[in-house]
Amino acid sequence: MKILILGAGQVGSTVAENLVGEANDITVVDSDGDKLRLLQDRLDLRTLTGNAAHPSTLERAGIADTDMLLAVTQSDEVNLVACKLASTLYNTPTRIARIRTVDYLKREELFSKENFCVDFSICPEQILTEYITKLIEFPEALQVLEFAEGKVSLVAVRAFEGGLLVGKPLSYLRTHMPQVKARVAAIFRHDRAIMPEGTTIVQDGDEIFFIAASDNIRRVLKEMRRMDKPAKRVMIVGGGNIGRRLAKALERDYHVKIIEINKKACQKMAEELSNTLVLNGDGTDEKLMQQENINEVDVFCALTNDDENNIMSALLAKQGGARKVLALINRSAYVDLVQGGKIDIALSPAQVTIGSLLAYVRQGDVAAVHSLRRGAAEALELVAHGDRESSLVVGRPISEINLPEGTTIGALVRGETVIMGHHDMVIEAEDHVIVFVVDKKMVKKVEKLFQVSLGFF
Amino acid sequence: MRRALTVLNALGLMLVVFSSSYILPIMTSLIYRDDTLEDFLLAMLWTAGTGLLMWILTRRYKGELSIRHGYLLVVAMWTAMPAVATFPLLLVIDGLSFTHAYFETMSGITTTGATVLTGLDSLPPAINLWRHELNWIGGMGIIVLAVAVLPLLGIGGRQLFKAETPGPMKESALTPRITETARSLWLVYAGITLACIVSLKLVGMTWFDAVCHAFAAMGLGGFSTHDASVGYFNSPAIEFVLIVFMLIAAMNFATHYLAWRGKSLRIYLHDAEAVATVTLILGSCVGVGLFLWWQGTYPSFWTALRYASFNLVSMATDCGFASADFNKWPTFAPMWMLLLSCIAVSSGSTGGGIKMIRTLVLVKQAGREFLKLLHPSAVNPMKIGGQVVANNIVFAVLGFIFLYFMSIATMTFALLISGLDFISSFSAVIACINNAGPGLGVVGPASNFGVLTDFQVWVCTAAMLIGRLEIFTVLILFTPAFWKR
Repeated sequence: MKILILGAGQVGSTVAENLVGEANDITVVDSDGDKLRLLQDRLDLRTLTGNAAHPSTLERAGIADTDMLLAVTQSDEVNLVACKLASTLYNTPTRIARIRTVDYLKREELFSKENFCVDFSICPEQILTEYITKLIEFPEALQVLEFAEGKVSLVAVRAFEGGLLVGKPLSYLRTHMPQVKARVAAIFRHDRAIMPEGTTIVQDGDEIFFIAASDNIRRVLKEMRRMDKPAKRVMIVGGGNIGRRLAKALERDYHVKIIEINKKACQKMAEELSNTLVLNGDGTDEKLMQQENINEVDVFCALTNDDENNIMSALLAKQGGARKVLALINRSAYVDLVQGGKIDIALSPAQVTIGSLLAYVRQGDVAAVHSLRRGAAEALELVAHGDRESSLVVGRPISEINLPEGTTIGALVRGETVIMGHHDMVIEAEDHVIVFVVDKKMVKKVEKLFQVSLGFF
Repeated sequence: MRRALTVLNALGLMLVVFSSSYILPIMTSLIYRDDTLEDFLLAMLWTAGTGLLMWILTRRYKGELSIRHGYLLVVAMWTAMPAVATFPLLLVIDGLSFTHAYFETMSGITTTGATVLTGLDSLPPAINLWRHELNWIGGMGIIVLAVAVLPLLGIGGRQLFKAETPGPMKESALTPRITETARSLWLVYAGITLACIVSLKLVGMTWFDAVCHAFAAMGLGGFSTHDASVGYFNSPAIEFVLIVFMLIAAMNFATHYLAWRGKSLRIYLHDAEAVATVTLILGSCVGVGLFLWWQGTYPSFWTALRYASFNLVSMATDCGFASADFNKWPTFAPMWMLLLSCIAVSSGSTGGGIKMIRTLVLVKQAGREFLKLLHPSAVNPMKIGGQVVANNIVFAVLGFIFLYFMSIATMTFALLISGLDFISSFSAVIACINNAGPGLGVVGPASNFGVLTDFQVWVCTAAMLIGRLEIFTVLILFTPAFWKR
């Protein structure tokens, strides 16, 4: 697939990095040549310096035969114009734009065929905010990802002494609470994947991925570890785009405190937020943390745009007694370094947001993609089409499907109902199938599996 | 001196315009044939003549009005207008001193509603209408009328509006042009008055009483055509209608205008001030009603609620009608009503006192101070109804409150020195500075300000003026800096 990416910022370069690995032809355009050089040194792609909203630049970047345009520059306006140009002048089939301004997002008609011709708009800050909100709702979980419009969730959790299932085989889950729709999709023990069988015994410290109907998450979590009280007090450091959005999303249900170092930003935020305590100060100032009762904080989120500051303030918060701390970390090397140590959750914004873009790039009918374990594993929501003749999955029970190694079918969503992926379940056309892939290399095979053979058309 | 002459020039013109307001009493006089026609015609001529003379003599100094001119003009108008308005009273009522006549007209134009006259029922209808018309004209501010008219005469008007319209929300202009804004506000004012007149007629007043009481209710003045005030009618329906219109008049007319233009009642919910005003007043009605019932002042709860509601709404909105002698109620009730008269009405209404918006600012400021103690690094801008209130406005409000209480204290002491008892002095000053009307003690609803000595009457007159013009406007004239070039 030929893909044109506009903007080599945080989002642009991560997307490029992910897509290069999947055998795509990538061209990246940015007005800053230095950024492009860095990118070209690392990855096998073409770069072009210029203004992404000018037709001449787009032409030189080869938009004429591009399959997909990803407009992810810093500027919403440039992204909108680029999509419009691509559609009007070059008939580019798929156009995706990053739009951050809520003013634009509120008016969906702006993105229609008659106006700015945006097929799909993404707002990384919004995705991240929703992601963190889920984590705060389930403070025991490491990751909570939604499929099929929120009907099914994939939850990652570390098993701990005190969970009902710890020390028992997985089959106990079914006998113990047969009415709960849940299924363990994978277990990682000492960073190595174990394919879950009925006889697998859950051990203390295992990282468990389970798929469950979204209403059942709390009950299943209880199996894996002792449950804490639900979170009430949240402290956020950094009042940037993400911090502010998060505070706004949380302030009605939680006691939210937000620390920001810039006085002007504080003022603006305090005017915008109605129920959040805005504090002016340094996020790594332990005196300020103590003054604001860090030991009572249930979830602490370090969300500035500085990785080192986030790590330090999260560590300080943990030391000060915060129950769960998470830090936003852009550099992937840091993420690996920090995760699982004192900091409970290291959030990589790129990994969180990439999924929503990947769903569009992938072959076959992919409804959602979520990156797991810092991009090593993946969970996909695929839509099955065709019939027993044209498809390799439709009309077959799960046990008959020739799944690649390290792959499990976690659940099916048929219309409004959620069905757990048992051996004897027969997949029907238009089912949404949630597939867990332990090794990302197998993703291509899974996609192939779900593609309809030519006979279908 | 030059500045004073420029202002006199504008003032002369204003008085000429003001003389046209004699038309209503003249018409009344024609209808009721109460032998006051000549007096009113004479008063009209005198007023117009005085104005014309001032205007002609100072026409060399005619010029653009600056902000300083604005303050001077406002105060000059609010002292000159009651002065010329005394003409018919002095001509018609035998033995009325200028002090008392001036108190009466000042009370009318500042919408206070306190009176020194007795035997209101037997006054000629034209005189009663004149008193009530002063209430009505004073209600929204003669000045706003002037703002709508004066620019047509080639005199700038925006600075007047700034000096006149009460409260910290001055800057939120409704329409791009000041003249347009003033005219819209007047239209709303006149429209609601008309509705009030018709409603009062429907519940049993005569047309004359309906017009008079509607004027007094919309201006939140509180004059009545009867010595017993609204108690004369002894009708729950009339009281209810007046309660509704007093509450309407106690809200910001800009909000009424927006609601009328947007054809939506939802606008009122977005006006934090209106919500606070109505909630506080209605809540107090129920509370005081329960209190009076519990104290046994009235035999049944519903009677207690009826009298408590009418008198409380009337006092809290600074109107000043009375249907019972609340002076005789257990002390808590009249004191609470006096407190409400200081704080309850909205800015941009026809009521007086501190105004609800300032009360909200003060309450929130107190909350901010507590928060600051608990969280020293908190950034906590003041917000009222989702709108951020700048710190300089908070300071202005604090300054206002200081001056407000100092004025009350000073004038109360002045009355005490003159020999009046404490409750009467204190309540008289509060009732006058809030433009509410009746006080307690010897100036309570059952008697009137006629019992005071001339000195005491002048102190009360000054209190009405200072309160009506939001204190700063008057006191600024007494600062040396104002008169420096």
